[in-house]
Amino acid sequence: MDLLVTPFSTNGFMLQALIAGILVSIACAIAGTFVILRGLAFIGDALGHGVLPGIAVAILVGFPGIIGAAIGAAFMIGGITLITQRSRLSSDTAIGLLFIGMLSLGVVIVSRSNSFSGDLTRILFGEILGIGIPAILIQLVATVVIAAIAVICARPFLLLSFDPEQAEVAGYSVRLYHNVMLFMIAVTVIVSFQTVGTLLVFGLLIAPAGAGALLARRIEAMMAWAVLFGTLSMYIGLLISYHLNLAAGAAIILVAVVIFFIVFIAQNLRNRRVAHLQEQAHG
Amino acid sequence: MDSREKSASPSIDVGASTPGIKGSPYVAAKHLNIGYSNEVVVANISFELGQGQAIALIGTNGSGKSTLLKTIVGLLTAMGGQLSVFGMPPGNNHSRIAYLGQFHASGFVLPIRAIDVVRMGRFPLYGLWRRMSRRDDEIVMSAMRTMGIEKLADSPLRSLSGGQQQRTYLAQVLAHQADLLVLDEPTAGLDAGGRELYLHAINDELCRGASIVIATHDIQEEAALCHQVMLLARRVVAIGTPQEVLTPEALLEAFGIVVTGEKRLHVLECKHGHDDMERLGLNKPKL
Repeated sequence: MDLLVTPFSTNGFMLQALIAGILVSIACAIAGTFVILRGLAFIGDALGHGVLPGIAVAILVGFPGIIGAAIGAAFMIGGITLITQRSRLSSDTAIGLLFIGMLSLGVVIVSRSNSFSGDLTRILFGEILGIGIPAILIQLVATVVIAAIAVICARPFLLLSFDPEQAEVAGYSVRLYHNVMLFMIAVTVIVSFQTVGTLLVFGLLIAPAGAGALLARRIEAMMAWAVLFGTLSMYIGLLISYHLNLAAGAAIILVAVVIFFIVFIAQNLRNRRVAHLQEQAHG
Repeated sequence: MDSREKSASPSIDVGASTPGIKGSPYVAAKHLNIGYSNEVVVANISFELGQGQAIALIGTNGSGKSTLLKTIVGLLTAMGGQLSVFGMPPGNNHSRIAYLGQFHASGFVLPIRAIDVVRMGRFPLYGLWRRMSRRDDEIVMSAMRTMGIEKLADSPLRSLSGGQQQRTYLAQVLAHQADLLVLDEPTAGLDAGGRELYLHAINDELCRGASIVIATHDIQEEAALCHQVMLLARRVVAIGTPQEVLTPEALLEAFGIVVTGEKRLHVLECKHGHDDMERLGLNKPKL
């Protein structure tokens, strides 16, 4: 019991990390559900890296990283929309171009800074153990906003995930609600990077929601599973990193991915057993 | 506009080939050009569809059937000529139009039960906020019974067979209780039982006063049930009643096939007394 609770009850930074982590998990569960349903994994990944130059510039000039991240995300989405509309290239080419361009730009900018590798690691993997109260409050507001968007747009988001044409005919503008969805994903990435870093936020977007997709019969259930798996990853990841002195952000994501594979394997075994039982019943 | 003159389509007197339209037509096309990406697929389409009427679009893949359906529901913009739906440009009457497309992109990723799919048919009536009532649930279940899938209500969509999924999508269309149904190959994947339920259902929809536009390959049954048939082959080959249009010569031109044997031509009759429909008061035509 001591091993499981004491790290959080005796260390303020661990408790704050856990609270921030749970908020990030909720935001990522909601946004990640639609990332998976709408096939937006690549843009989610790209947004994670696209915000890098924004953060780098913000750090260099002494601005809050979150503002730089927001500008970087806006630039990414604008650029992707522009290339997709003005050329015959598909959106994944546009996303790839901006993704790699922004990532390189970010690294180039950071390489000007004195503590190059320190800053880069911090941006890529986050500093969940250094989260302060203001960052938690920002995360709380963002999580509430993301949840509100998901509730208000529940019908158009469901239709959009089912069949965009159906959504359009039903009177829900595909362009509008797709952009609202991108905004929601971008907000998630922007506020989560401080906790788990730009590289790892993507893992929290897709691993818990992906495991949820395997188990759920409804979108609401998928999100609930994702919240559960995300929160569990946070707790176990923090605990492991505390006891074994490992990098916290990476440990959390590793746990999330391991949970996905446990669910995946368990489901396959169960399906096989069900099929086997049916065979016996018929044979 | 020059395509109007250039078009080689036989001239169609809309009034003469549109029997018995009462009031203003639900769909009216006049010298309409349809297409996408700046390419006209079919030029000079003219027809009118009145309340309680059905029109079948017949033609090979790529003949322009789906393009016409998408233009009517407002997914594609008309490339010339006039098209009005309920007296307005397309895309303005979401609550009155139900559309069944050919492709459902993420039916297998999306965790969703059959009943949730059917419930989506009620969304256009309620926007973002307005709550659905118990009556909506009854309508949803009634639509599922009509398509014979009420026992599958709680099944995940991805666990259903292709035919069961198609029945689910059709139930979704029925649950809308729309004034205009626009259906793209609605019988695709249906077994004989499913087709029977579907034909019965569209008959009930017509009796309710709804109008229907169907793209189909089924010239024997489905098209023969409609009041009008339009034969498409990247142009309007013929339009008129099934008896007028479904001639061996016209079919040969549109499909390049020779159709032999007797065509079964039914005449639509409203058969009242479908229990669910009666109980829910759905037989009364909406005005």
